[in-house]
Amino acid sequence: MTETIKLNVNGVEHSVTAEADTPLIYILRNDLNLMGTRFGCGLGQCGACNVLIDGNNVASCDTPLWAAAGKRTTTIEGLGTPDHLHPLQQAFVDEQAAQCGYCVNGIIISAKALLDRNPEPGEDEIRAALDRNLCRCGTHNRFIRAIQRMVREAKGNVAR
Amino acid sequence: MSNSTAKLPPTLDKNRRLDRWVRINIEGTVTVRTGKVEIGQGIVSAIAQIAAEELDINYSRIRMMPVDTTISPNEGSTSGSRSVEEGGEAMRQACAEIRDALLQAAARKFDTSLEKLSVEDGTIRVRGSSDTITYWQLAPEANLARDATGQVRPKHADEFKLVGKALPRLDITAKLTGAAFIHDLVLPGMLHGRIVRPPSYRAKLLSLDDGAARAMPGVRAIVREGSFIGVIAGREEQAVKAMQALARGCEWREQADLPDVDAMPEFLLAQAAEDENLSDKSAASTAPGKTLTATYTRPYLAHASIGPSCALAWWHEGTLEVWSHSQSIYALRDEIAKILKLSPDNVIARHADGAGCYGHNGADDAAFDAVLLARAVEGHPVRVQWMREDEFAWEPFGPAMVVKVGGSLSVNGNVTEWKEEIWGNRHVSRPGRHPDPGLLAAWHFDQGYEPPPAVDMPLAMGGGSQRNAVPYYDFPGQSVINHAVKAMPVRTSTLRALGAYINVFAIESFMDELAAAAGIDPVEFRLRHLKDERAQAVIRAAAAKAGWKPNAKGDGTHGMGIGFARYKNIGDYVAVIAKVAVAESVRVVRVVAAIDCGCIVNPDGIINQVEGGIVQATSWTLKEQVRFDRTRITTRTWEDYPILNFSEAPKVETVLINRPEQASLGVGEGMAGPTAAAIANAVFNAMGVRVRELPMTPERIVAAMGE
Repeated sequence: MTETIKLNVNGVEHSVTAEADTPLIYILRNDLNLMGTRFGCGLGQCGACNVLIDGNNVASCDTPLWAAAGKRTTTIEGLGTPDHLHPLQQAFVDEQAAQCGYCVNGIIISAKALLDRNPEPGEDEIRAALDRNLCRCGTHNRFIRAIQRMVREAKGNVAR
Repeated sequence: MSNSTAKLPPTLDKNRRLDRWVRINIEGTVTVRTGKVEIGQGIVSAIAQIAAEELDINYSRIRMMPVDTTISPNEGSTSGSRSVEEGGEAMRQACAEIRDALLQAAARKFDTSLEKLSVEDGTIRVRGSSDTITYWQLAPEANLARDATGQVRPKHADEFKLVGKALPRLDITAKLTGAAFIHDLVLPGMLHGRIVRPPSYRAKLLSLDDGAARAMPGVRAIVREGSFIGVIAGREEQAVKAMQALARGCEWREQADLPDVDAMPEFLLAQAAEDENLSDKSAASTAPGKTLTATYTRPYLAHASIGPSCALAWWHEGTLEVWSHSQSIYALRDEIAKILKLSPDNVIARHADGAGCYGHNGADDAAFDAVLLARAVEGHPVRVQWMREDEFAWEPFGPAMVVKVGGSLSVNGNVTEWKEEIWGNRHVSRPGRHPDPGLLAAWHFDQGYEPPPAVDMPLAMGGGSQRNAVPYYDFPGQSVINHAVKAMPVRTSTLRALGAYINVFAIESFMDELAAAAGIDPVEFRLRHLKDERAQAVIRAAAAKAGWKPNAKGDGTHGMGIGFARYKNIGDYVAVIAKVAVAESVRVVRVVAAIDCGCIVNPDGIINQVEGGIVQATSWTLKEQVRFDRTRITTRTWEDYPILNFSEAPKVETVLINRPEQASLGVGEGMAGPTAAAIANAVFNAMGVRVRELPMTPERIVAAMGE
């Protein structure tokens, strides 16, 4: 049975009609055309589809539509655009932190969740925060360097 | 880089028309078509860099186009670390000729000679005059609708302005902001498909009750062709639910025809095989010293891309269009046409980026799935995405293998005799390599198509199972035999580095065993058996960077080990030194790699590949093994197939040795074998325990300690 459910995604109110148990990822990608959230496993094991819901880092493949109703969802598109990259995205570009790039957006979302609660994490804290994100190309160290760059630059901006 | 232009690079020779490679656009951009595809390795950007260099234009003017069988050059498959070697060389020559054609047109226009012209970012100037003209102005009159001649010399290394620079990749910003992959393509009227795969390789469908699925909302069609079943729905989640309902309605007959996953070496050694001598040279008789033997094994390994395979297909007006992240777009087109008895002229295949590809995965199969489903809803494009479980259960795995090595040492510690035998399936099952159809769904048709046997490339082209089986060292006596096992109970094909992963692991582990028996430092032992100075140079560079101390012993838990190979014995030179810490499990703390890949196109691209290859090979080596029972592949999710996580990934430092005058060599795969050996040798250095079976799980370490 389909229902009409209200969502707030990247600050925009949406009303979508689908079965309430539909995994959120399909709504984001196919109804809202937010393709930066990637399907990886459908079981919440790889992190490729991570989004923020009320600031919490969750797997959108494993989250039913109803669970996002009335909450604020943030996808990679909510951080920045190609012309106006979020500083985290910019740091990833600056470090060329991608190989295939499929897992990256889930990693940026996990990094955002980490930095929101701990703006100056140490390397071990960054690694631990990403342990539920899988990367198959072996780009781990570049991702860590990108996040460290973002932290460094954010600090520099504050100091100035 | 080669100076010779007498002969065209092979893939340019096969696609001589210059306008297939490059189009100069009047608005000041340049459209570039390579036959190589982006599979996460950054190759399309490296080829763009080469094109910009030879054309003398800014990199930002380049517009790279994905492979499209209606227009792109056919450069075969994107595999074997050959993209810069083949595709880069072809692009270099094509662009040199195009630049020449443009300069010729300018010379005619200004009635001057080529020597008087110079180019900067597409603007041609006449020396000693104010005359200028741009490529974009000349585009209409420079005739590119002609064949390459090989009469134009590409730049010398000392003329490079862009090659050798760490330019940013062209695709990254799009990938980390939104739609960028094949998974994200949306076509008008597109429907969603899912496949209900059999529960095991050779299961037969006895009956199908599709009543429940048919009644589900959004279901548009159910396709059945023998034991192949698929469903098409309006919405993606509807297709997933219908697929699950269909699976519940299936009755299968299965057979327990798989070997014992925990006894694969015994299985492989007992099979009928095609034997081939890879090397046979007899030593002058020497006084025998010590003789050692050892056996090394590897399990089946999964590509395990983070994004499951995806494809789109669309039948309309007598034409079939297919979008795929296949490594071989032309071969995919031909294979689809062959199975469905279509003319290849009526099939268009196009590449779109997929998630990381480390060899022959489910990409081609998903494309054929989409074709079969879309045929049932002509006029509608159908997007098929495999579920994670489909990818794990049905992708072709890198084959399990066994390598036995024996060696003799002279009294002064030199290898006098090397004997090596390898067992396993051949490694290449890509579509188009055999008359039988190489696409999964066809094997489930009622016609009873059989999966084609895997093949190997000839050793001179790098081989497959036998890749790097012949040591690069100079031994007076040597015999190497490949026992290519014919039975293929588990679906296998190419996985990054192919046989080189275990062959180098075995050779380099055994070199350490011999060095220890001879009482010689492992670095010194390798150097004294290598004549090639480039090989010696990477070993020395890695040792210097890692702070290698000759004859240093580990402290019981920490140790360092080295591995070396020249990939395919004709490719890049790689030396890897790993530092490990062994507690309840092996942790790789730091890895240093030194690489000589000839002329460097993009140093950061190379470092990215090297870092990634080392981390991935560390994951294979410490953790990975595909599991099955006697009937089914039981590896289905990431819980069944753990890979290295962020806390476990080693730090990697890379030393690049640039040789601008030498040919560029691919770097995608060369580090896999040396990394595995460096880890095993570091474990031995740390605690005196030799682990010869992969993966090096805690159980294997404990077992090796008891030996």
